[in-house]
Amino acid sequence: MSTAATTETKPAAPVIEKIKVKVDGREIEVPRLTADWSGKLTPTTMIQACEQAKTDVPHYCWHPQLPVAGNCRMCLVEFGTPAMGPDRKPVINPDGTAKIAKSPRPAIACATPISPGMEIYTTTPAVKQMREGVLESLLINHPLDCPICDQAGECKLQEYSVDYGQSASRFVEAKVHKPKAVDLGPRIMLDAERCVLCTRCIRFTRDIAGDDKLGIINRGSYNTIATFPGTPFDNNYTLNTVDICPVGALTSKDFRFQMRVWFLKETKSLCTSCGTGCSTLLGSREEKLFRYTPRDNAAVNGPWMCDAGRLNYKWIQRADRLKEVQVFGKKNTWAGALYQISDRLKRAQAGSVAIIASARQTNEELWLISKLKAKLSAVSDSVARFGEADKLLVSADKNPNTNGARLTGICFTEIGSNLPQIAAGIQSGKIRTLIVFGEDVTKHGLSADLLAKLETLIVSDILPNETVKLAHYVLPGAAHAEKRGSFTNTKGRVQKFMKAVEAPGDARAEWEFLHELVHNVTGQNGFVTIEGLFNEMAKDVPAFNGLNWAALGDTGVTVQI
Amino acid sequence: MAQEYKLILKYADEPGYTPDIECYLRHGGYEGLKKALAIQPKDLPDGKKLSGPEQIREDVKVSGLRGRGGAGFSCGLKWSFVDRRSGKPIYLICNADESEPGTFKDRQIMHKDPHQLIEGMIISCFANDVKLAYIYIRGEMPEGAKILNQALKEARAKNFLGKNILGTGYDLEMHVHRGAGAYICGEETGLIESLEGKRPYPRIKPPYFPAVLGLWMCPTIVNNVETLCNVKHIVEMGGAAFAKLGTPNNTGTRIVSLSGQVKRPGYYEIEVGKATLGELINDPKFGGGLRDGRKLKAIIPGGSSSKVLKAGEKFKLKKKDAEGKEIVVETDMLDLPYDFDSLAQAGTMSGSSAIIVMDDSVDIVEALANLSEFYAHESCGQCTPCREGALWMNKTLHRLTHGQGRKQDADYLVKTADNIPGGRTICAFGEACSWPVQSFVAKFKDEFVAKGAADEERRAQEAAGTAEPKQLAQAHH
Repeated sequence: MSTAATTETKPAAPVIEKIKVKVDGREIEVPRLTADWSGKLTPTTMIQACEQAKTDVPHYCWHPQLPVAGNCRMCLVEFGTPAMGPDRKPVINPDGTAKIAKSPRPAIACATPISPGMEIYTTTPAVKQMREGVLESLLINHPLDCPICDQAGECKLQEYSVDYGQSASRFVEAKVHKPKAVDLGPRIMLDAERCVLCTRCIRFTRDIAGDDKLGIINRGSYNTIATFPGTPFDNNYTLNTVDICPVGALTSKDFRFQMRVWFLKETKSLCTSCGTGCSTLLGSREEKLFRYTPRDNAAVNGPWMCDAGRLNYKWIQRADRLKEVQVFGKKNTWAGALYQISDRLKRAQAGSVAIIASARQTNEELWLISKLKAKLSAVSDSVARFGEADKLLVSADKNPNTNGARLTGICFTEIGSNLPQIAAGIQSGKIRTLIVFGEDVTKHGLSADLLAKLETLIVSDILPNETVKLAHYVLPGAAHAEKRGSFTNTKGRVQKFMKAVEAPGDARAEWEFLHELVHNVTGQNGFVTIEGLFNEMAKDVPAFNGLNWAALGDTGVTVQI
Repeated sequence: MAQEYKLILKYADEPGYTPDIECYLRHGGYEGLKKALAIQPKDLPDGKKLSGPEQIREDVKVSGLRGRGGAGFSCGLKWSFVDRRSGKPIYLICNADESEPGTFKDRQIMHKDPHQLIEGMIISCFANDVKLAYIYIRGEMPEGAKILNQALKEARAKNFLGKNILGTGYDLEMHVHRGAGAYICGEETGLIESLEGKRPYPRIKPPYFPAVLGLWMCPTIVNNVETLCNVKHIVEMGGAAFAKLGTPNNTGTRIVSLSGQVKRPGYYEIEVGKATLGELINDPKFGGGLRDGRKLKAIIPGGSSSKVLKAGEKFKLKKKDAEGKEIVVETDMLDLPYDFDSLAQAGTMSGSSAIIVMDDSVDIVEALANLSEFYAHESCGQCTPCREGALWMNKTLHRLTHGQGRKQDADYLVKTADNIPGGRTICAFGEACSWPVQSFVAKFKDEFVAKGAADEERRAQEAAGTAEPKQLAQAHH
């Protein structure tokens, strides 16, 4: 079980020959081959070499995870290759260096393979002029409506205009007008006038999402992105096109006009909608969540995430969130409730307590619960939640942390298999105390009548439900956006997430009150910070041995499951 | 004196010559194919054998044949780039998307002598181990498509096409595919995309060179109609004999489309370089001169994309004297030999060999506005500089020809045009749309400036109330 944790997810890459090229006079060594968008090794391109040389090459259409299109022409660079004499041998300068024959024509860095001895020039007057020319072309028919555009602040047209463009326009003709506020599908709006026709959206939905729904209609300057007539752009990945759209052409119906992006605080987090655990950024302002966007994580989701997961945040700000600690239907304090619960648990007979935790809880919380479980000789389980998987990211397991629940010993290989045993125990009177975290157990075989037989029903949850209604003790919990912690995804990737917003009212992160409860009941202590808690857990849980909170980094570590 | 030399059009215009196979056979048709199929492997000094197809390919190299579509690239060299080791099928496509304004030569061949093209194609396919070939014909030529389809049917019936051609074991099928009316489909990779059923966006090169990654990502040869017809003649007469036609490095014949303000517009087949531009325009055997009382103003020498030549322009041509020494000869534009290299030296090109003649009745700004409207309409819009630049130039020229010009518009136009060519775009359309603008304005700048100045003055008078406002045509949107 306790195999050393590793960040590797794939077998080591084959050794690839390196070649030397110069980028703006600086020599670097780059592999001759680089993995393309599909993972296939293909000749390394100039833009990839420049990236390794930490030299910015502006681009619109190129995206590392999409097939190359080469249409925006923003990445045009000049280059030269070693000059060859009539004897097909390199010509040597008097100073012993290889003579370079500069190409009379520029090349697009995104599609041109490098060759040994190649020199790439990204700062020459000609390159500067070409960039200015492309930007001028892109801007002449652009509506220049940044003040009302959602992309403002994260727009490549804005950024490159500042970095590489000209300040004044010489265009005196009438602009081309194209459709605006086009309803492309249930979640996507198109402003065709802002579009730079880079075709990233087309390539994404054709080659990544596998739904060849977008194309270009009309011709020349009147080119417009469109769907096939009568068919909405509607798959579970459409919102990724908003992310990769370098300008404000594609906007999210959910996010548009909601908040200027520069006001958003970005918090590194995870998606909790399924067991894949996509890395996300939560955009919030003043304790309000505005959007989720995917955070690039090659080991999990690449740069993508599904629409369902991305839009699954509104419940966090529902008005009926549980905000009060309640004891037998009356408002109480955390201190008061925890005192009574601790007291009851300490007095409980061994084997008379059952715990139904949730596989939506964090590794740390589940581990704390496992400490209670051990002390109380409790029977435990959590609730399975299965649905349909897809070929790209969506997992059939709709719990974000089923593996966490397994590895901490809360449930076993078949999640939910203990629930009938718990129901029978309550029925027979053997189980007299039930602790429920984040699950409406009335929907999972423990009816209201059955729960009424319990002496003590302790429920920690986020939103009201039937189980909460029956609880003797209600402990308002925190959504993942409101706390820190870690999840273990279906492939064993342990990733951590950060807190974006405060929990409402008296609601508290479960690990905080759990650690208090564990201390009261078991006498164990020492986990007042999430870092300390995680590190303690890593020592205790064999699968997590060797991990520590800091070393998880932004993209996590894969453990054996 | 320059003469017509009819090789491709030897019979096409004879009275009573019909496009059916019987007529073609009566005129020696498909003999070239029979000869090609019968070529025996040749022993080489090094003990290797040169197969029949390899010998044809060699002969095409020897012939010096250059592509007749516009770029003038060596046909033999193009064939030598074909990836023959990929294990993938090799395709041949006849580019019959003749749409360069001023060009109407391929149409003559297809309409009048379709079997010559088909024979040339079969030989080319045989030479390149092609089992499936396409004729991609311009959408606006329904008659040509009909004639070609009929001819293919006839050729199949005679077993010049199909399985086991003439008992040699060689199989070849050929189809006609009609375009849908886009100029860009003449660009070979745009054509391939279109043939694959997609929007004809030209492909980026690298990596998609047709010789390696062409139709269906297989090695593909794309040749012009006239080029493929020439292959038949190369096989019939031998590459070396073919190379004697025309001038060195500019071998064979070319069919010149002559249009504009000459007395005898039409198509004329000449040995390449054996007639000058002046002869083609003024010789009674060719254009017959300008209309009476008119003077030459400008010539577009190789289809609308080529850079314009101004009457009276002089060029320094490099030539070889009798002793083979290189000399420089100052040459008037009318004395330019009509071939690939001389026109390239004059800074323009023979392109699709379409000469458009303009006399002094032409408003050069109007003429350019007309051309630019074509390019703005035909830019596929894939890559930025051409997509936006082509329409921009057209809008400026529209303004300039509709009373809204400015003095600075000449420079403004050139600055716009300068953003497009020189490898900044995926295909050569970028050059095609900007070269006319650059060359027209460079050579006739005074006319552009004068037009803008006149407009400015008129507008000033209108503003001062000293002139009636001029009713302007609807501007482009």
